Amino acid sequence: MTTAATFEIEYRQYLDPDGHPIGKQLPAIARDLDHLVELYQLMSFTRVFDTKSIALQRTGKLGTYASCLGHEAAHAAIGSAMRPEDVLAPAYREYAAQFYRGVKPRDVLMYWGGDERGNDFSGPRHDFAWSVPIATQCLHAAGSALAFRIRGEQRVAVSVCGDGGSSKADFYAALNCGGAFELPLVLVVVNNQWAISVPRSKQTGAKTLAQKGIAGGLHCLQVDGNDLIACREAMDQALDRARSGGGASVIEMVTYRLHDHTTADDARRYRDDAEVKAAWQREPIGRLRAYLTRLGAWSDAREDTWKAQCEERVNEEVDAYLSTRAQPVEAMFDHLYGDTPLEIAQQRALAVAREVKHG
Amino acid sequence: MAEITLIEGVTQALAWEMRNDPSVVVLGEDVGVNGGVFRATVGLQEQFGPWRVIDTPLCETSIAGLTVGMACQGLKPVAEAQFEGFIYPMLEHLMCHAVRMRNRTRGRLTCPLVVRAPWGGGIRAPEHHSEANEALFANVPGLRIVIPSSPARAYGLLLAAIRDPDPVIFFEPKRIYRQYKEEVSDDGEALPLDVCFVLRDGRDVTLVSWGATIKETLEAADALEAEGISAEVIDVATIKPLDFDTIHESVAKTGRCVIVHEAPKNVGVGAEIAARLAEQAMYDLLAPVERVTGYDTHIPLFRLEMKYLPPVGRIVEAAKRTLAA
Repeated sequence: MTTAATFEIEYRQYLDPDGHPIGKQLPAIARDLDHLVELYQLMSFTRVFDTKSIALQRTGKLGTYASCLGHEAAHAAIGSAMRPEDVLAPAYREYAAQFYRGVKPRDVLMYWGGDERGNDFSGPRHDFAWSVPIATQCLHAAGSALAFRIRGEQRVAVSVCGDGGSSKADFYAALNCGGAFELPLVLVVVNNQWAISVPRSKQTGAKTLAQKGIAGGLHCLQVDGNDLIACREAMDQALDRARSGGGASVIEMVTYRLHDHTTADDARRYRDDAEVKAAWQREPIGRLRAYLTRLGAWSDAREDTWKAQCEERVNEEVDAYLSTRAQPVEAMFDHLYGDTPLEIAQQRALAVAREVKHG
Repeated sequence: MAEITLIEGVTQALAWEMRNDPSVVVLGEDVGVNGGVFRATVGLQEQFGPWRVIDTPLCETSIAGLTVGMACQGLKPVAEAQFEGFIYPMLEHLMCHAVRMRNRTRGRLTCPLVVRAPWGGGIRAPEHHSEANEALFANVPGLRIVIPSSPARAYGLLLAAIRDPDPVIFFEPKRIYRQYKEEVSDDGEALPLDVCFVLRDGRDVTLVSWGATIKETLEAADALEAEGISAEVIDVATIKPLDFDTIHESVAKTGRCVIVHEAPKNVGVGAEIAARLAEQAMYDLLAPVERVTGYDTHIPLFRLEMKYLPPVGRIVEAAKRTLAA
């Protein structure tokens, strides 16, 4: 028998769940303590924001909201590794990545609060809006990467989908294009183990989600998605490779969704509390805090001060969101077309007239 | 001014715009080396290279998704769906993203893209190659649907479609791709979108159509003329948004209207025109509006397809019924 092809998928992890280094060789990012503190603060801020957002939804002040609880390391690594000129095509819960790129919490609240202006967000104007249809954003990133390739730009497109998203035709199509065109593209699968109620074990027969990229000729890697250092190193390497003409990558970040899929979901219907409790032992924020504290870069006192600052900042963002008035009725017509057709202009006039008359 | 066919009008428009706008990129299956299965893109890759005229992997989902991504990042992609019957895998990207991008981001991101698709029956093609599903798209907010019916309108409307700031579906009536030639000046002059073209003045009945059935509609007008009946013929050209005012103006003059399309009748674009006439022009009408359309069946394989497509005789009969009412 001859073998046509063989492959291996590397798994990378640098911090154990208690924040102890694994092995002797840590990447350079592990020694950049100032930057790690910055990323720790981003992650913990995001958690405060997430907790507040869920509370807002529960009290009727926000629509359906997709929590990012437990995904903070993966998302912080993605956002912080990218350059401003790169393009992010997120799914709908990558807030830490977006906050690092300049998106404001009030933008996120506006979006889930039912206002299109949330998608006209701060941060890079060329970044994609949240994508509710699953994994379609993978192809938008591939198309962006193709545009960069055509124009000879040193930019990279990054998309993020979940373990469920990796089952979609769009994900396979995107990685196929990434390989066929040798695109500056990084496809990140944040594998949080659950696609609403369908567990990872029923999602695919593949041993890893990263290996799906093998079929497309991509560089593939699986990392501990709760280990900020492993996630960030993987992103740095994939972005460097893409930027230098080395082609596209798939990174699977193995994490766990600690909250319901969205506030409209009740995960207790389909998963055991014991599994969630066990997952809490591996969560990313405590792990990084333990690492930084052990090295003297963080302390309980700083934690208390920072938490208070987070609460204050989040409250400011919530106040900004809640004090924003709804758009006027004509807003639904004004951005439909660049050149407004007559029939839309006529419908707009009717809506405005009705508003003036009836309010 | 050279005499060209409809498909040559498509090719010339693409070449003109690619020469004059470096952001225009053509992509699709077989569009490069092969010049497209109908040869609409023939010679373009030789002129503009493989990164301006891109042979994609065989995946319509890819073509649509790449097109959205490229458009949002400042290119003007013109994608080819090899046949309209293969467009369904593109629908999610077109409906969920392309047409919503401007609105959902308040204009921060836009999708100035064109999807070209050979459309309609009558060329003895295999299954799934002969559909006319413009009504499927006409219900989608944020879209433009353009169907040319002559070489000059293919050239001028495609230029306009590429220059339009929003997504345009450009359905090409393949039955008349090479049916006749007309003089078209390759001067980069676009024709207006969102307007109907009055192809023939008349006073007794208004015949409204688009795409390949314009041919039978004009022939029906000739036949009616021979019997002393004066028919006005309107080519809708932009199916959505609809220039209803031009249709209304004509019907106000003639009092009668026959709508001709090869797509199925039920919830077809003809139904929309008829409904608007009922809403806004009822007191101008001297007779019920007639629709001459394909049947509410799948378009049959080619032994029967000419029985499915509306012939001249059915249009003439319908026009006479409106006159007798």
